[in-house]
Amino acid sequence: MSEPLLEVRELTVHHGQLRALDQVSLRVLPGEVYAIIGANGAGKSTLLRTIAGLHQPTSGSVWYDGKDVTRVRTERRATQGIVMVPEGRRLFGSLSVQENLQVGASYARPGPWNIERVYETFEWMKDRRSQLTAQLSGGEQQAVAIGRALVANPRVLLLDELSLGLAPVVVQRIYAMLPQILASGLTVLLVEQDVSQALRVASHLQCLLEGHTTLEGKPADVTPQQVEAAYFGLESSAPEGSTSLWSGSTPSSRAS
Amino acid sequence: MTLTTENAARSGENIRVTRSRRNVAWTGLGALVVVVVLALFPYIVYSGTTTIMVQAFIVLTLASMWNLLAGYAGLVSVGQQAFVGLGAYFVLILAINGTSPFAALPVAAVACGVAAVPLWWLVARLRSGYFAIGTWVLAATVMLIIERFSSIGGGTGMPLPGLSGYDPALLTAYTYWIALAVTVVALGTMYLVLRGRLGLVLTAIRDDETAARSSGARVGLARMGVFVIAGIFCGAAGAVQAISQLGVQPDSIFSVQWTAEMAFAVIIGGIGTIEGPILGTIVYIVLQQTLSSYNAWYLIVLGLVAIAVALYARRGLWGLIDDHLHVRLFPVGYWLWDADSSGRRRGLGRRGGPGRRGGLGGQGPGLGRRGRSLGRPGRGGQ
Amino acid sequence: MVWVNAIIQGILTGGLYALFACGLSLMFGVMKVVNLAHGDLAIVGAYIALGVITITHIPVLWSFVIVVPIMAVLGYALQRTVIQAALDRSVLTTLLVTFGLSVVIENALLQFINANSHALGVGNSIITGSFSIGSQIQIAYLLVLIFAVAVVVLLGLQYFLSASRYGRMIRAVADDREAAQLSGVDYRHVFGIAAAIAFGTVALSGIAYGMYSQFAPTTGTDTILLFAFAAVVIGGLGSLWGTLLGGVILGVAQQIGAQINISYEVLAGYIVLLAVLVLRPQGLTGRRA
Repeated sequence: MSEPLLEVRELTVHHGQLRALDQVSLRVLPGEVYAIIGANGAGKSTLLRTIAGLHQPTSGSVWYDGKDVTRVRTERRATQGIVMVPEGRRLFGSLSVQENLQVGASYARPGPWNIERVYETFEWMKDRRSQLTAQLSGGEQQAVAIGRALVANPRVLLLDELSLGLAPVVVQRIYAMLPQILASGLTVLLVEQDVSQALRVASHLQCLLEGHTTLEGKPADVTPQQVEAAYFGLESSAPEGSTSLWSGSTPSSRAS
Repeated sequence: MTLTTENAARSGENIRVTRSRRNVAWTGLGALVVVVVLALFPYIVYSGTTTIMVQAFIVLTLASMWNLLAGYAGLVSVGQQAFVGLGAYFVLILAINGTSPFAALPVAAVACGVAAVPLWWLVARLRSGYFAIGTWVLAATVMLIIERFSSIGGGTGMPLPGLSGYDPALLTAYTYWIALAVTVVALGTMYLVLRGRLGLVLTAIRDDETAARSSGARVGLARMGVFVIAGIFCGAAGAVQAISQLGVQPDSIFSVQWTAEMAFAVIIGGIGTIEGPILGTIVYIVLQQTLSSYNAWYLIVLGLVAIAVALYARRGLWGLIDDHLHVRLFPVGYWLWDADSSGRRRGLGRRGGPGRRGGLGGQGPGLGRRGRSLGRPGRGGQ
Repeated sequence: MVWVNAIIQGILTGGLYALFACGLSLMFGVMKVVNLAHGDLAIVGAYIALGVITITHIPVLWSFVIVVPIMAVLGYALQRTVIQAALDRSVLTTLLVTFGLSVVIENALLQFINANSHALGVGNSIITGSFSIGSQIQIAYLLVLIFAVAVVVLLGLQYFLSASRYGRMIRAVADDREAAQLSGVDYRHVFGIAAAIAFGTVALSGIAYGMYSQFAPTTGTDTILLFAFAAVVIGGLGSLWGTLLGGVILGVAQQIGAQINISYEVLAGYIVLLAVLVLRPQGLTGRRA
């Protein structure tokens, strides 16, 4: 049971001269919701994009289902089950909702998800399926983007900054769909700037700062102060009674 | 260390900035010697050779201009033959009205520069592919308009008046010298332009146009300047062609083959460097002379080689030489030197890891700042 | 009435120009490739047709059955190898490589065939000849056929792009290549398909031209390329019907020019093209870039 579905070993990725990721490793077990948090420029999206195949690492490797996929092309990774919902939605603007989903399903693996099921999950979508996606709101576009990834029946779903550019209430609604998605047996690796949102859904968590891992563990095992320190790169021991800059809650603090 | 902290550490170093790696006075002297030797050619070689040299000079001038347009200003023009033709026709018009063609040449060149302004206005807002087609259409249109005028030969062309009074050997020599003069002036102008302000603006545009614009660079003006300069010297080359051919023929002087020749010479020689077109012209002439008896073959070979070079040796033959020898005959970039080392190229592109930097970072701020990075060293273009 | 005739002739020739242009429009719309060898490829199609007809004695009208698939395969191969390699480098490289191809093709044709003009002719079919409306309007059956073919091709392309799986993928890749990759679409293969289609239509246009007029190795750049671009630019990118409109406007402009003075025919077309490039570069149907 503890064979990781997705594994990243000592990944180093450069953008030109800039080193975006420095020897980053992670292991995602099947069925997990693995959250990667960190500030802007921490390297989160680069990590996800490298896993998806859009970047080639300088060194290190990406392993999927026990096989080294570092040199496998993006489209092949998608057909093998690693599908990403990219940052900023990236829908096909001149295509309709239905057509976006159809493209997503072009090389779908067999599985529980299809276009009909996506319409059932997002009830409003069916009525608007002939509309061009460029005319949808941000939240609606995000839903279509997720749907487009789901119809391919991935085993690992990569979610890149779902909350970007969306109102908090919309973000909450989208994350509320996550259990339904997980119930079909997916594993999710998500990147999120909104820490409280990430902590609410994650079963495992990793924090990046300037390309390094600064924290890793289950949300129940980390304190808010530790997360804050890891996020900003501060000294982790905060004096008692100090004001925390981050006012969210972890499952552990909610339990108390 | 992140990029910002590394740069901060480096600012305490002793940095020297020079224009070139070695003392270029020797290169300048060498160039002068070459020009003098070339000027003596009519006295020492057969007229067949001078004719080939004239052709080489024409191609070299054209190639240098195309290189300026495409390699430095990012303007891929498939219509420079418009100016080649205009230069020839301006000389023709002046010669018909009594001027000696040799005296008419500079006037014709300037006239081409003037004509370049409205022509630029027509295509200025077009980008890459559209610009290429736009210039091509422009050239075709100019030809069609000129062919309407039977007083300058209409569709069949006419001989160039004012040349019949010369002794043949003298005519060959004069033609040779004026071709040489045009080439020297063209290359010299290009060198000075690229060394100066305009060159810096062009490099900035090429690296990042938006950043260049927001830094205050007059992008449109810079591009127009390049277009006008190219117009002037392409016109001059066309004038030389008219003189050497003793006449003008529209189909041939406005042929897109001129663009093919200049573009291929530049691509093969090395786009974006001044030395590249020189090398490319040599290759072109050699190929043409070797294969000339096989008609279209030299263009087929030239084209295939150009495609191969464009795909697999992007910086051309000169790029290959430069990679190995680090020579720059016409220095237009900058070199950064550390105070302690004497030969290592530095700049924003570094090869070593943090370890190599460690020694330099230790020098501390006490030495103060001696120089600033003035842009990418060495390469006039990337 | 002569003017009406001129306009009608212009409209019909517009069909031929639209046929020239749709392959160009496709390649530029999908891959952002300005294929400077486009005209020469049409002429290659005409020469292949000539060869096929000479060898197999198949009627001219049926030559496309053989030539179009040949050119389509050639298009896929060229795209996957040379053009993709150029695209991976830069826009500049693509322009230079297609320009190089244009020169190589033309000179290879000159070298291996000859510089003479050839014509495919119209054969013994019913489309020789023309019919008249009144005394001053004469309409050649061939032109009507070409126009009809152009419309059919455009309709077919439109349908293919909007309703088929590959058409959807082509549009998706054109919108956002990376996002398409993330959905499992191999964009290089899709580009190849688009190129194959483009080359197929180019072959058709070459055959049409060969039937309508004479062709020689340099006809590709002298005539076809610039007219094709004119049709695309005037009509605007982004809609195939825009290409038909552009072709028609070009044809009409040329015929009106010819009515004023026969030697103004080509010039009139170029002037309209330049005017559009200066005043409205996105064309009549294009959105402002």
